[in-house]
Amino acid sequence: MSATKFVITFIIFVLIVVGTNSLFVVNEMQRGVLLEFGAVQRADIGPGLHLKWPFINDVRKFDGRVLTSDAPPERFLTLEKKAVIVDSFAKYRIENVATYYTATSGDEGLAEQLLKQRINTGLRNEISKRTLYEVVSGERDQLMQVLTTELNQVAKLELGVSVIDVRVKRIDLPPEVSQSVYDRMNTERDIEAREHRAKGQELAVGISADAEKQREVILASAYSTSEKIRGEGDAEAASIYASAFNKDKEFYKFYRSMDAYKKSFSSKSDVLLIDTDSDYFKYMNDSGRN
Amino acid sequence: MAWNEPGGGKDRDPWGNSGDQGPPDLDEAFRKLQNSLSQMFGGKGNNGGGSGGTGGTRKSLSFNVIALGVLLMVLIYLGLGVYQVDEQEKGVVLRFGKLTPGVIMPGLHWNPPMIDSVLIENVTRVRSRPHDSEMLTEDENIVKVKMTVQYVISDIKKYKLQVKSPDQSLYQATESALRHVVGSTEMHQVLTEGRAQLAADVRERIQTYMERYGTGIQVTQVNIEETAPPDAVRAAFDDVIKAREDEVRLRNEADAYANQVIPEARGEAQRYLEQAEGYKQSRIAEATGEADRFNKLYVEYKLAPEVTRERIYLDTIESVMKSSTKVMIDVEGGNNLLYLPLDKIMQQNQSATDSGSPGVGAAPTGNPSVNSRRDRR
Repeated sequence: MSATKFVITFIIFVLIVVGTNSLFVVNEMQRGVLLEFGAVQRADIGPGLHLKWPFINDVRKFDGRVLTSDAPPERFLTLEKKAVIVDSFAKYRIENVATYYTATSGDEGLAEQLLKQRINTGLRNEISKRTLYEVVSGERDQLMQVLTTELNQVAKLELGVSVIDVRVKRIDLPPEVSQSVYDRMNTERDIEAREHRAKGQELAVGISADAEKQREVILASAYSTSEKIRGEGDAEAASIYASAFNKDKEFYKFYRSMDAYKKSFSSKSDVLLIDTDSDYFKYMNDSGRN
Repeated sequence: MAWNEPGGGKDRDPWGNSGDQGPPDLDEAFRKLQNSLSQMFGGKGNNGGGSGGTGGTRKSLSFNVIALGVLLMVLIYLGLGVYQVDEQEKGVVLRFGKLTPGVIMPGLHWNPPMIDSVLIENVTRVRSRPHDSEMLTEDENIVKVKMTVQYVISDIKKYKLQVKSPDQSLYQATESALRHVVGSTEMHQVLTEGRAQLAADVRERIQTYMERYGTGIQVTQVNIEETAPPDAVRAAFDDVIKAREDEVRLRNEADAYANQVIPEARGEAQRYLEQAEGYKQSRIAEATGEADRFNKLYVEYKLAPEVTRERIYLDTIESVMKSSTKVMIDVEGGNNLLYLPLDKIMQQNQSATDSGSPGVGAAPTGNPSVNSRRDRR
């Protein structure tokens, strides 16, 4: 009784072991390859539950998603021998599982390492053909396109990997070059600042000069008008005088002279040396009776 | 039970019935379970006498126990398959690793454990990723850009299954896209009016990358928070701003000066005109007055010319004599050696007038500018 029980238990155990060894699951994120005594029997096993011979077949599963190979920043030289630091990454996916397995023995790190080297070489070649300007701005897309297709061809053949995209994250100048760029930027700003200040000065001088000119013009024209008005006054006065005094020229002369005498000798400091013979003193010596 | 004690009434029992039958039932069931358990393990633990005696009942009992165990395991298995999907979440199911069609929507769900694996992700939450770095512009200047990219998961299947680290991919794509766009834009544009365009371009570019990689990420917004010159040149840039202000300031100062000078000049001009007008009027008035005076006198003079003439003459000489210093010399009768200390006389007179009535000679009249203006003629 205990013997049969033992046998039954043993059979159940064996069944479980065989069962678990003959079933395997490849999930949606993975790609599987079925090996028979180490040789690839079936590549590209899709997701789902699968059967295999226990102990004969072996299954290796790889990440079938889009993977990233992030290369560390590297120093490259452009066509005009300017140094740039380029940080790039590549997006790839395992396409041919069999090739991938044989090329890397399923080591993801190794695959990434190989890709990094290829990208590095590719970038070095492409950047050395272009000027800094082309690398930084104009031809970035084209550069990446060229690199991607080139890399894709090689990687597909050698690694069983399809390269979806190669992108440059960073294109920077080395620190010592950055400093000279900063210096240049500083001088450029200085040009602009000086220009603004000078322009302001120019405008200010212009405006104040114009104001001064206007002032002079206003004052001068006012002076001219005022002189004209004064002249009119003088003229009118003269005509009034003339019309009055023309009535008797001789009397006017007499009258005006009298007035002038009065005005000119009005102070004690005026000293008159008078001959008593004058008309005024006619009666001083003589009562006029003679 | 405190509520049963004071009133003693069974009606106050919160369970509403006599409640006497519950505990014995439980007790009985528990005892039965204990019995069966002790019988089951009794075979090994207890003495051999008990085990041999009742073979039939023992067999059915152990079958019961196994059935109970299986039932328990099934219940546990079933229980483990129950899960909840929150309102913000969605899920996908992999059956034996294979993707099943359809998406798990919010609510309570059940999937067989170990057969199905359920991947749940929050899809409505807007995720954001800040980014802050210095980069080259098209004209080989360096700018500092601070931005945030906001994104949601638009396709959970892709997000979960297509790309190894979708969020990391987004960060890489963001960096690449931003530098690409900034690298194709001139610094001036990046720093000023080109920022909105910059954000739009970066967004578009990231989205393109995301679709190419199949991340299932939808970029909702790219906010360029700040674009600034690097710290090393900030002072120079600030100085340009200051210079711009200086430019305006200088112009304003000049404008202020102009606004002061011109109206002042206009006022001055007005004064010239008024003064001239005043001069004219006064000249005319003086002339009219003097002419009238002369005319009036002339009328009288015409009536008696001789007398009037004589009177005027004498009046005048009188007033002249009265107000001036005079020295009479009788030339005919006097000798030629007459000594006249004229300078002494002058001095004496001078001091007399100075202390007496000052300002006969030069009395200031009117305002000086009138005088100066008149002086010019």
